[in-house]
Amino acid sequence: MYPEYMHESIKKVTQTRNKRYELAKSGKPVFPPMSSDEREEVLNKFHPDYKLESKRKIHIGPNKGESITTEVAEMLESHSRINPKSFDLSKPDYETDILIIGGGGAGAAAAIIASQSGVKSIISTKLRFGDANSMMSQGGMQAAIKKIDSPPHHYLDAMGGGHFDNKPELVRAMTEKGPDVVKWLEELGVVWDKLDDGSFQALHGGGTSRKRMLSSRDYTGAIILRTLMDEVRNQPDKVNVLEFMPTVELLLDEQGKCAGGVLYNLETEEYFTVKAKATIITTGGYGRLHIRGYDTTNHYGATGDGLVIAYRAGGKLLYMDSVQYHPTGSVFPEQIAGFLITEKIRGAGGQPLNKDGELFVFPREPRDVESSAIIRECVERKNGIKTPSERVGIWLDSPLIEMLQGDGYINKQFPAMHRQFIRYGIDITKEPMLIYPSLHYQNGGIEINEKCESNIPGLYVAGEASGGVHGRNRLMGNSVLDYNVFGRIAGEYASTYTKSVKLNKLSLDHINSYEKELKAAGIRTDLISPVLLPSYTPEDVRKRPLTAKYEGTLR
Amino acid sequence: MAKKENFVTVFIMGKGYQVPAEATIMGALEYAGYQIIRGAGCREGFCGACATVYRLPGDYKIYTGLACTTLVEKDMWLSQLPAIPAYKTIYDINKIEPNVAAVQKLYPEVFRCVACNSCTKACPQDLEVMDYIQAAKRGDIEAVMDLSFDCLCCGLCAIRCPAEIVQFNVSILAKRLYGKYLAPKSKELSNRIKEINDHSFDKEYKKLISTDKEELKKIYYKRDME
Ligand SMILES: Cc1cc2nc3c(=O)[nH]c(=O)nc-3n(C[C@H](O)[C@H](O)[C@H](O)COP(=O)(O)OP(=O)(O)OC[C@H]3O[C@@H](n4cnc5c(N)ncnc54)[C@H](O)[C@@H]3O)c2cc1C
Ligand code: FES
Repeated sequence: MYPEYMHESIKKVTQTRNKRYELAKSGKPVFPPMSSDEREEVLNKFHPDYKLESKRKIHIGPNKGESITTEVAEMLESHSRINPKSFDLSKPDYETDILIIGGGGAGAAAAIIASQSGVKSIISTKLRFGDANSMMSQGGMQAAIKKIDSPPHHYLDAMGGGHFDNKPELVRAMTEKGPDVVKWLEELGVVWDKLDDGSFQALHGGGTSRKRMLSSRDYTGAIILRTLMDEVRNQPDKVNVLEFMPTVELLLDEQGKCAGGVLYNLETEEYFTVKAKATIITTGGYGRLHIRGYDTTNHYGATGDGLVIAYRAGGKLLYMDSVQYHPTGSVFPEQIAGFLITEKIRGAGGQPLNKDGELFVFPREPRDVESSAIIRECVERKNGIKTPSERVGIWLDSPLIEMLQGDGYINKQFPAMHRQFIRYGIDITKEPMLIYPSLHYQNGGIEINEKCESNIPGLYVAGEASGGVHGRNRLMGNSVLDYNVFGRIAGEYASTYTKSVKLNKLSLDHINSYEKELKAAGIRTDLISPVLLPSYTPEDVRKRPLTAKYEGTLR
Repeated sequence: MAKKENFVTVFIMGKGYQVPAEATIMGALEYAGYQIIRGAGCREGFCGACATVYRLPGDYKIYTGLACTTLVEKDMWLSQLPAIPAYKTIYDINKIEPNVAAVQKLYPEVFRCVACNSCTKACPQDLEVMDYIQAAKRGDIEAVMDLSFDCLCCGLCAIRCPAEIVQFNVSILAKRLYGKYLAPKSKELSNRIKEINDHSFDKEYKKLISTDKEELKKIYYKRDME
């Protein structure tokens, strides 16, 4: 329930609704979209990435000297969890063809493709299989299947959204393979939203010039990932899933080829080595680093681990200066602060409004632009609404959707969103939601080419952990597509590679060299990475674990 | 510790802690000092990692909920379930059909359902679990898909079921059967894939890829909108 003091502002939203409905109905833009210059201005002034302290120089490693996101630089300039001396690499604990690091969408897709060509794999994953950002996507997946659309239209939209920094060959691969991914998923059993004649329901997303957002109600990610996981589990002879066993370092061979990894059992605290002919990193994003103190939409294990383990082994990163803030994270009630409100809400006609119930931005600008406009409305123009816990937000008018699309549309198309709010006495078919940008997506990552190869032989990367596909800003629906397209490509090329590669003696020397580099650069730090899990223990509890020395039975 | 305002006591696995009155169960666990390893995934109500059972004072009932979306209550006695033992049949999706025979073959225990409704009562998503199990018995794959669409596989139904059915795996089977075999097929999709295989877009792609950034920008800002 909204507190009393917000009612007046909600009333204004109701009062302007009819007029906004008429305009939306007319098919004209409900607010003028920004020009190139206007976009640049609002980004420069208000996007969190454009603040001076948001970036700093990295002093060591393959990207040495580049300016990257501060929190990422800290994570990279940290110590390893392991001491290479403790490992006898002549007797690996597991041997397999491919080590897949990360049990999300990209990892599952890669495992399926590998198993189909008879190649064995181990999936090392941090939490349960499927505890991943892929499970959470609601809005949908882009694919150019409609007649008035085409893959090149999709290409242009993605390039523009990414400020033309995307690697063209990757965008071509993603957009051109989109329709095939839709078919592949349907043949595996994904239930798409369709009309009675079998044609796909397609909606707009931010920055799309054609309606091409395909969905499975607002459980798109869960429907797709559960299908992929079920298929993986149907191949027990080919795929071995190791849960609660994150990879904490890569293994190389003496020639510098990637040859597997070191895994850590979160429960028993043991380490295990996996020797693999090829390795695929699919560890997803880094929302749980809470960059710039923002709340995040990401799952519990999204701590950017893939970046640091690849970096220590010499993997090159791309666009690590750019972070995606989703325009519509929830800010009220407090219990769901930061939770995602799917962009599909705006795709279906929902509108962002200030405290006076007025539109102040075109509802479907690319994400970075939309987010910046919302921040401007709150911070500079002071037209936001304060919550009881001193957050500020603007309205997202959902009742308008029912007027535009018909009664019952929200319940049918947004069951998850409806459920999220009705628990707190807010009925989104009748009242708007209060929102503010939330940390959402890792735009950059480990640089790949169109075969998902990194600069380290034998190391492939797919999904959110990779860099280059989305330039410096991803559009909605392109990352579900990304992890399917590139998860499959990584599975395919890694499988082929395993058939010819010969590994030499295994080595962890790169960890020693990295430590030396840290020291030589004069970096003094207590931090260790990968981070693995965030901690939400309050300060006063943190002060009390005063064990002098860890010995004996209890840690 | 002095009692703070707006705090309540909850009993985490039997041990009392004071936590903010407005906290979710997950928030309360972390506030008390637990570092969760099992029992948290998405933290937003999508993954089912956080199944929790609890009782309230003076009430004989056992309640179920998701730790990430359920609010604490005064003197609640709670325990998270670290994992739910569940049985999944291995099958080849290409070799089964969308009918009652598939259910009979893969999950015969479905026919042990005694219609007690415990599953429905346990569901934190308020799904009509028993109804979809009944539909599975009839081989109504579409109804199972539709009624179980929002299932998070938290497993609370399976742990309460006296017939020992793993409802959520039946739901996944039905969804896959529906998506693959029963959903009406799209012509536009197969047409588009044919166009791509025939290299119909090669020329346009080549042109776009070879266009320099400034020119591409112009094309982008002038593009027409649906
Ligand atoms: C709430 C939400 C909604 C979204 N909605 C949409 C949408 O509508 N459309 C869209 O296109 N995109 C959406 N996205 C983005 C999209 O879902 C993700 O970018 C995408 O699913 C990433 O897939 P992935 O396989 O690369 O990573 P993930 O699915 O995150 O998988 C990564 C896996 O790696 C594991 N892992 C992490 N570190 C390690 C380690 N050290 N060792 C082993 N395993 C590790 C993680 O636990 C996880 O299981 C959304 C994202 C979120 C968070
Ligand atoms: S943590 Fe995913 S549903 Fe609660």
